Amino acid sequence: MTAPSHGLRAILRSCARDRKVVTGGGFILFLLVLAIAAPLIAPKDPLAQDLIVGVTPPHGFAGAEPGYWLGTDDLGRDVLSRAIYGSRVALTVAFVAASLAAVLGSILGLLAGWYRGWVDFVISRLVEIWMAFPPVLLSILLVAVVGAGVGSVIAAIVIIDWTRFCRVVRAETMVQAQTDYVTAARAIGFARLRILTSEIFPNVLPMLIALVSLEMGIAVIVEAILSFVGLSVASDVPTWGGMIAQGRQMLHQGWWVLAVPLVALFLTVLAFNWLGEGLRRALDPVMRR
Amino acid sequence: MSAPILAISNLSAMSVRDGAPILRGVDLEVARGETRGLVGESGAGKSTIAKAILGILPSTVSVTSGQARFEGADLLAMAAPRLRRLIGEGVALIPQDPMTALNPGRRIEAQLTDGPRLWRGLDARAARALALKGLEEVQIREPERVLRSYPHELSGGMRQRVLIAAAFALEPKLIVADEPTTALDVTVQKQILRLIRAMQSAYGAAVIFVTHDLGVVAQICDKVTLLFGGRVIEEGGVAQMMEAPRHPYAQALLAACPRYDRPSAGLRPIPESVVADLRAELAREPAAR
Amino acid sequence: MSDDLLIASGLEVGFGGGKTLLSAAKPVVKVLHGVSLRIGRGETVGIVGESGSGKTTLGRALLRLIDVSAGEIRFDGRDITHLAERDMRPIRRRMQLIFQDPMASLNPRQTIRRIVLEPMLFHGVAKNTADAETRARAIFDRFSLPVACLERYPHELSGGQRQRVGIARVALLAPDLVLADEIVSGLDVSTQAQALNLLKGLSRDLGLSMAFISHDLSVIRAVCDRVYVLRLGRIVEEGDCEALFGAPQNAYTRALLDAIPLPRVDPGWLSRASLGDEPAAPQA
Repeated sequence: MTAPSHGLRAILRSCARDRKVVTGGGFILFLLVLAIAAPLIAPKDPLAQDLIVGVTPPHGFAGAEPGYWLGTDDLGRDVLSRAIYGSRVALTVAFVAASLAAVLGSILGLLAGWYRGWVDFVISRLVEIWMAFPPVLLSILLVAVVGAGVGSVIAAIVIIDWTRFCRVVRAETMVQAQTDYVTAARAIGFARLRILTSEIFPNVLPMLIALVSLEMGIAVIVEAILSFVGLSVASDVPTWGGMIAQGRQMLHQGWWVLAVPLVALFLTVLAFNWLGEGLRRALDPVMRR
Repeated sequence: MSAPILAISNLSAMSVRDGAPILRGVDLEVARGETRGLVGESGAGKSTIAKAILGILPSTVSVTSGQARFEGADLLAMAAPRLRRLIGEGVALIPQDPMTALNPGRRIEAQLTDGPRLWRGLDARAARALALKGLEEVQIREPERVLRSYPHELSGGMRQRVLIAAAFALEPKLIVADEPTTALDVTVQKQILRLIRAMQSAYGAAVIFVTHDLGVVAQICDKVTLLFGGRVIEEGGVAQMMEAPRHPYAQALLAACPRYDRPSAGLRPIPESVVADLRAELAREPAAR
Repeated sequence: MSDDLLIASGLEVGFGGGKTLLSAAKPVVKVLHGVSLRIGRGETVGIVGESGSGKTTLGRALLRLIDVSAGEIRFDGRDITHLAERDMRPIRRRMQLIFQDPMASLNPRQTIRRIVLEPMLFHGVAKNTADAETRARAIFDRFSLPVACLERYPHELSGGQRQRVGIARVALLAPDLVLADEIVSGLDVSTQAQALNLLKGLSRDLGLSMAFISHDLSVIRAVCDRVYVLRLGRIVEEGDCEALFGAPQNAYTRALLDAIPLPRVDPGWLSRASLGDEPAAPQA
């Protein structure tokens, strides 16, 4: 027999061994720190305009202004500070929206996959009908009706993406329901709900965690799209999507205004993907070893 | 007396991961047309020897010494292309699980004609005719229909017959049968064993029959090689091995077999002392001579 | 016979046949056709059959893990055929199941302690955790399972240890009836012998009745008092082991016995005709 290989310590250990988890997770952690400590870290006020230093390139290029490390946009606002503050919106939406979508979708998926019958019938039809709506249109509609703000963006993502979780969790639950250990639990006489929560759910959880990480990456992109079209938060709050929209228009005068948020977006989504993929690997082989 | 078709001498192998010995100085000589039983409990090394002969040792196993001569040529020292040709034409495998050994996405005809087309250069029509003849030889009724079918449309016994037809298609001189009847019902097993014996006589092929079932060995093999911990424990003619084995481990193994003609058989596990002695013996001698 | 612990009469089980709003009714595939059997107190009964015979389905049906479409199951005199799950609960403790693949029947995310203790606490067999723990340790000792196993997860145990944990979990509930579903298939003969000895000892000491499902008649002979031969969902022969093995009446039983190769050289075995060489079973 080997040394104890489960519990939080062992999970953390196998995560620490996985390169993707460490890199991806590390970057997200770094972003979190940035986002939380933005007022302390950002060199300038992201909203402060100073037309005298407008459109100056990043540090190291000819014409750069000291103190504006990544340059300024056409209104003289510091790009670095705006990018840092933009991470706040991105991460808030990522964590909250992904978690809520996961919770809603998983609960329905678990119920549908375990109880089957009319519960499954209703939930499955709901998912099918729901998925027939074009997602982008739906989110634009929602935000246009309810009004701008982080809340609307989160609601839009949750309302659309819960179905993704529901389908996957339902399928996994049905697979789990066929296992011998679930039959063993039924033979012992445990109540159905108890079997769902203590036998089936713990085995669905690792896959769910990996999915949530991936979903966070998706949420970041959706928020960027929405803020690109101006349907996200109020226009004075800096967002990466908003910066991209602005940077697109002044591409030839100041390429950095587009490049910086683009790179930030890219790295963030990559980090979430790596985290998700690595977690899926790191959490599962505990069983397979 | 003609030279043996297969001569393995002093074959030793170890696990790459932890250096644990998998085979210890195995000697094995199989004469032309002979049926050799390779028996032992799980972990004894029977499958490893089979894979070494077929040239499909996994990368986790590394051969540390010895030779495996097939018709005089050392399989372990051969370059890959020549090995593939030699094995492809001269050695065939009847695998254990007919459910998984056939590609579910290809029709039977495609899978049966692979070998002949590759190694004999037959065109599609000639290969098909050969396949048809093969199916008739294994007593499949409606061979045309079977050729057109997919594996999942056939029963386990039929799939195994198809695999036997595939094995004999190139008239190999040596057949490695890796537990070919373990996954089959006992009535089907008898039919398949009878078939293998008939085909073997017709083609003059030698068969190495890997199995843990001593009953099967008694009925179908000429000589038996018993393995434990990667070493040959005892070897001899089948009658002698079944009636009066010399080594205590062989005797204990025989006594542990359940028999429907003896009510109390099958309830005598191999005594711990016998296993302990054997393990001590193995630990004492060097891994390879 | 009031002496019998379990009496099943005319069991029929079918799968499929569901019909929803949007699809046509699927055809019902009948797996068991009017199966009747009885298991006496303290008796070990064998249920033997090849693949497709319905033996696993029969086992699950007897334990009310699968619904029967017709027939009756009486356990200790009580009709449990259509009993509600709530009423089945106390009865479930008395009829337990051991699985073929212990790796699959132990929840990979639960410690052995949890797997083995929870059922005892659930059914009130143990008064509290300490009591449950004591019982578990006692039976682990008897089964030569190291107590340290309790802290481990199933994948950290050897195959033989997992098998014994599966048996221990059931034994700790002190059931009246144990169904062993192909529990020694795929085991080495020595491990098989150990498991069978364990079960026989248990059955003797606890006065257990056992239903032993297997495809291997040789193993059945070693453990059972009586045997039922199942073929394509029907019982084709039944009887005391001595009688059945000595003089099988049914042609299928004879063919089954004859098809088993014994570990002794029998030159005529291979060529002796078996279950018709034109397979009566589908396309063998």
